[in-house]
Amino acid sequence: MQTEYLIAIDEFCAKHEIDISFISSLKETGLIEITTIEETGFIPVDQIQQLEKFIRFYYELDINIEGIETISHMLQRVDALQDEIIQLTNRLRLYE
Amino acid sequence: MAFIDYYKVLGIEKTASPKDVKNAYRKLARKYHPDLNPNNKDANTNFQQINEANEVLSDPEKRKKYDQYGKDWQHADDFENQKHQQSQSSGSQRESYSGGSSQSDFSDFFESMFGGAGAGRGRQVKYRGEDYTTEIHLDLIDAYKTHKQTLSVNGNNIRITIPAGVENGQIIKISGHGGPGVNGGPNGDLYITFTVANHPTIKRLGNNLFCNVELDLYTAVLGGEITIDTLDGKVKLKVKPETQQGTKVNLKGKGFPVYKNEGQFGDLQVTYAIKIPTNLTDKQKILFEELAKISKKE
Repeated sequence: MQTEYLIAIDEFCAKHEIDISFISSLKETGLIEITTIEETGFIPVDQIQQLEKFIRFYYELDINIEGIETISHMLQRVDALQDEIIQLTNRLRLYE
Repeated sequence: MAFIDYYKVLGIEKTASPKDVKNAYRKLARKYHPDLNPNNKDANTNFQQINEANEVLSDPEKRKKYDQYGKDWQHADDFENQKHQQSQSSGSQRESYSGGSSQSDFSDFFESMFGGAGAGRGRQVKYRGEDYTTEIHLDLIDAYKTHKQTLSVNGNNIRITIPAGVENGQIIKISGHGGPGVNGGPNGDLYITFTVANHPTIKRLGNNLFCNVELDLYTAVLGGEITIDTLDGKVKLKVKPETQQGTKVNLKGKGFPVYKNEGQFGDLQVTYAIKIPTNLTDKQKILFEELAKISKKE
C-alpha cells in the first residue's frame, strides 16, 4: 500500500498566514486537490510547491484566482512546448 | 561598483509618489517574477534589480538617503554615523517579493549604502531560498548506465545518482539543495540540466538507438554473419542473402535504457550501407565482367 503524505489545511494556512478561503477558491477552480478525512481537509504534500507558487501570485503579485488559473494553463503550455523543443532538437541531432 | 539609478530601474520619475513606486514595482514584478519566467536567467536578474529598487524607494528613510547621497554613495557611511547619534524609529511595514529569488542577491552598491538585505524591515518575512541551476555534460555511454557523480554548487559538494536513460535537455530537480531560506523559509531547489553529447557512430532518439553498419558487397549478396558494436557490447547479426543498400534491421531491447524503468530498453535500428569494393585485382575484374555478361544474358 502506498503512503500518502498530507498536511492539514488549517495548519498550512496558519503557517503561511493566509486565508482558508483562498485554498477553497483554488480547489473550486481545480487548481489544487484536497483530501478530506473525517471532515478535515488536507493538502497532499506533492502539491505544496505548486500551492506556494499560487500564494506568491495572489498575495505578492496581486493576481486574482482567474489570473492564476490563466497563468497556470499558460505555464503548462510553456512546459509542454519546451518539452517539444527538446524532443525536436534531439530528433535533429540524428542528422548531425 | 557602479551607481544604480533605481528610478530608472522602475521606470518612474524622481517625484513619483509611494503609490507610483508600488504600482511600477508590481507591474514589473508581474513581468519578471521567476515563477512566471521559469529557466529565464535574464528575467531573474531583472527581478532582482527591481526588487532592490523597490527595497529602497518604497522605504521613506532609505529613499531619502538614496536621494541625498545617490551618486555620492561613498559618503553613505558618514551619513550613517550621523544617524546613529540621533534616535531612530522607522519600522515601516513593507515587503519585497520572494518568488524563489534570494534576498541576499543585492548589488554591492545596495550593500554599501544600506548594509545587509532587509535592513530596517519592520516585519520578518519568510523567504524561500534561491533556486540554483547547473548543467551536467555527459556522453552517450555515461548516460547509458546509472552512476553517481559529485557536483560542486556554490561551494557545496552534492553527490547525486544519475539514473540511466537521462535525455539530452532533460531537467531534474533536487529539492532543498538551492539557496538557504531567509527567516526560517525553506531552502530553494537545485535544477540540473543534462547535456548528452552525440556518439560518433550511434545516434539516439528517445529510447531508440540508430546506427549505420557497413556491409561488404559479398556478404550483402551471399548473406553471412557480422559482428557489430553496441553500447552493451558486441552483437552477432545474421545477414540475409541479397540484402539491399539501406536495409534496416531492428534489434529489440538493444537500445537505450528507459529512464527510471529498470530492465526496460528501447530498440537498436541498424541500417546497412553496402560498400562497393575498390582497387580490384585483374582476376576480380574478370570475374565481375563475367558476372555482368551472365546477368545481361539472363
